[in-house]
Amino acid sequence: MSKFEALAGNEAVATAMRQINPDVVAAYPITPQTSTVQKFADFVADGLVDTEFVTVESEHSAMSACVGASAAGARVMTATSANGLALMWEIVYIAASNRCPIVMSLVNRALSAPINIHCDHSDVMGIRDSGWIIIFSEDGQEAYDNLIQAVRIAEHPDVLLPVAVCQDGFITSHGMERVEIYDDEDVKAFVGTYEPKWPLLDIEHPKTYGPLDFYDYYYEHKRQQVEAMENAQQVVLDVAAEFKEKFGREYGLFEKYRLDDAEVAVVVLNSTAGTAKVVVDQLRDEGLKVGLLKPRLFRPFPAQELAQALSHLKAVAVMDRSISFGAMGNAGPLYLELAAALATHGVHIPIADYVYGLGGRDILPHEIEQVYRDALQIAATGRVEQMVTYLSVRE
Amino acid sequence: MNATGWKEIPIGGMILDAGNSVEYLTGGWRAFRPVFGEAQCINCMQCWLFCPDSSILVEDGKMVGFDLEHCKGCGICASVCPVNKKVIKQVGEVARDDERLCIRMVEEGKFQE
Amino acid sequence: MATKLTPRELAKKEDRLAPGHRLCAGCGASIIVRQMLAAIDEPVVIANATGCLEVATTIYPYTAWRVPWIHNAFENAASTISGVEAAYRSLVRQGKIPEQDVKFIAFGGDGGTYDIGLQALSGAAERGHQFLYVCYDNGAYMNTGIQRSSATPYGANTTTSPAGKVIPGKRQFRKDLTAIMAAHGIPYVAQAAPSQWKDLMEKTRKAVNSGGPAFMNVLSSCNRGWRHPTDETVEITQLAVDTCFWPLYEVENGVWKLNYKPKEKLPVEEWLKRQGRFRHLFKPENRHMIDELQAEVDRRWERLLHLCGEA
Repeated sequence: MSKFEALAGNEAVATAMRQINPDVVAAYPITPQTSTVQKFADFVADGLVDTEFVTVESEHSAMSACVGASAAGARVMTATSANGLALMWEIVYIAASNRCPIVMSLVNRALSAPINIHCDHSDVMGIRDSGWIIIFSEDGQEAYDNLIQAVRIAEHPDVLLPVAVCQDGFITSHGMERVEIYDDEDVKAFVGTYEPKWPLLDIEHPKTYGPLDFYDYYYEHKRQQVEAMENAQQVVLDVAAEFKEKFGREYGLFEKYRLDDAEVAVVVLNSTAGTAKVVVDQLRDEGLKVGLLKPRLFRPFPAQELAQALSHLKAVAVMDRSISFGAMGNAGPLYLELAAALATHGVHIPIADYVYGLGGRDILPHEIEQVYRDALQIAATGRVEQMVTYLSVRE
Repeated sequence: MNATGWKEIPIGGMILDAGNSVEYLTGGWRAFRPVFGEAQCINCMQCWLFCPDSSILVEDGKMVGFDLEHCKGCGICASVCPVNKKVIKQVGEVARDDERLCIRMVEEGKFQE
Repeated sequence: MATKLTPRELAKKEDRLAPGHRLCAGCGASIIVRQMLAAIDEPVVIANATGCLEVATTIYPYTAWRVPWIHNAFENAASTISGVEAAYRSLVRQGKIPEQDVKFIAFGGDGGTYDIGLQALSGAAERGHQFLYVCYDNGAYMNTGIQRSSATPYGANTTTSPAGKVIPGKRQFRKDLTAIMAAHGIPYVAQAAPSQWKDLMEKTRKAVNSGGPAFMNVLSSCNRGWRHPTDETVEITQLAVDTCFWPLYEVENGVWKLNYKPKEKLPVEEWLKRQGRFRHLFKPENRHMIDELQAEVDRRWERLLHLCGEA
């Protein structure tokens, strides 16, 4: 039997980790991920997990130990944020390239400098080309559910890639919410046991991991990663279908909220989608045909499905919680990808970008409402006056 | 360039055939080659201990020669040979006539300093 | 019964490092690996830091390793082997894999150990993983073309501490990494050289059976960087020992022990003059550097004698 608990997002994640009971966790504390590691340390100290908990001296070593443990044949998890992820960066690529199905809880926080501990998405956007599968979560419940599903996605034989499950630092990581925690045995049954195909610890069959790979084979190994990424999208859907059957919650590539009969929509990641839903309802009460699309799977980017889901609209407003400095219009990564997806798939509708909430700057309903009213204006005129707006920045 | 495609090779750059470097021949690197005078060898195995290329051939506890497919000709075996340097000699890979004579003498155990 | 540490007995075992790797002719690193792995009868799992040994032994699709082996990156051999060892303990404890007396070993060069990998090594040692970290110290970043590291001897000519008209080579004495590792209070720390193979092998056995983290710093000649003929590898390595530039000692559970005292402590220039990297020191205007290096070697030797109760 599942039960409802009042948990902060990080506690929900730590609870999922307890239920998954990974063989090895290597992690380093960093705000705002820390309470995950602390709570998990309690589980270890109380003997509630079989996990070997490696309290490394840095995030670089966290990811390094994860790669070693995963290659060894263990089910491996970690958690980090912002600068911690940046310090891991070199090994983040190696984890994906060595095909280590590591699962990471990534509590999104702004990258330095200046140093800032609050939420934005600059950390995860830095690894968007690293070969990790990236999943976003609106609240603690989704972070919990996604982490459980991530294990199955990562370890799927057609995938064997690491997965990062994101949630917003402090906003959901420390926000107490009602979270449905499933029965331990049901989660255990859902994630199953990991059967590594090429464990390094199979002493009788020695393997070499991580050789020097020159121009004659490196490219082929990268092509294999492409294949795994392509396979991942269907696996995400299959695992979600099984999850729904077992636990009742529905997940897909993205969530549509009052989108099907909408004329304009906002596309936004993580917790801001929750605020945007409230705004949608208010504007709907006014008779305005507005909707929302909340991407869940960001890597692989389901371009065709997203384009299809937005194709009936008259305007799209993307909200980005990070900036791709120097990119077209100094826009955000989500906008850039989505604009490319729409254009590539023949969906020619006006699309504008609204950068918001950097360094944890609050995003308030009236600001999101303004984005919708802008989008309605764009829909009416068919013209984007300003491609990128830096919402609520002081002039 | 090897023609093997991406579908055919193990993922992640893994090499599943442990020790397959034996298929890669480094003997062609040699500028000098060791020659072995078996008769005077005391089988102390110093050459085996210090060979960087695992190229000392040993059978039944006896040194029986060199793996010239892999020996790079560094000459360490000759330098550590304790038998007055008579058992292993370094000679030019492209042997001159006098060196050929030297090789024959070493191999026949007749070489004197 | 452990294999007797006699070359004849050891030579009966299959080499754990196959030929066909592409280390330079006369390389000290593969001599060290062969000797150390020959001394261990138990199964081993190896993590290798980026460097000559890693690069040259695993050029895809070939591997010279007949044992499980992983390379992750440059600075993280110690944290990588931490992960492997943690996985082993977890999986054995849960009954997922059988228990064997597996020895976990990390190999790194001096660049990967003294410099970029020091933090990961210190962390892994402090955490108490059961592993042996071996630094094969050839005193520079040889793989990238002989750049100075914190292990490079004073005065040495490297490509980033070149012997120029104003600055004659490296201006700092080498970091005493062995002592730094001893300060971690781990069960076993040793300094060794392959020229004294039996000492190296005995230390290897002690290290992997020490029941905790162990560290060995092993002098590894690089004839390309040191500038000497390929066949002088062993002799020049031993000169480093006999001049007391590279003393052989161990620190077992905090007890310092000198393993070899040269009958006659040779002047350090006997070692220097055999290597092209020190050639410029023999110009009259640089002579003082040899004296300074000698003074530092003497100072460290006296300190070591004192620590070992030999003074």
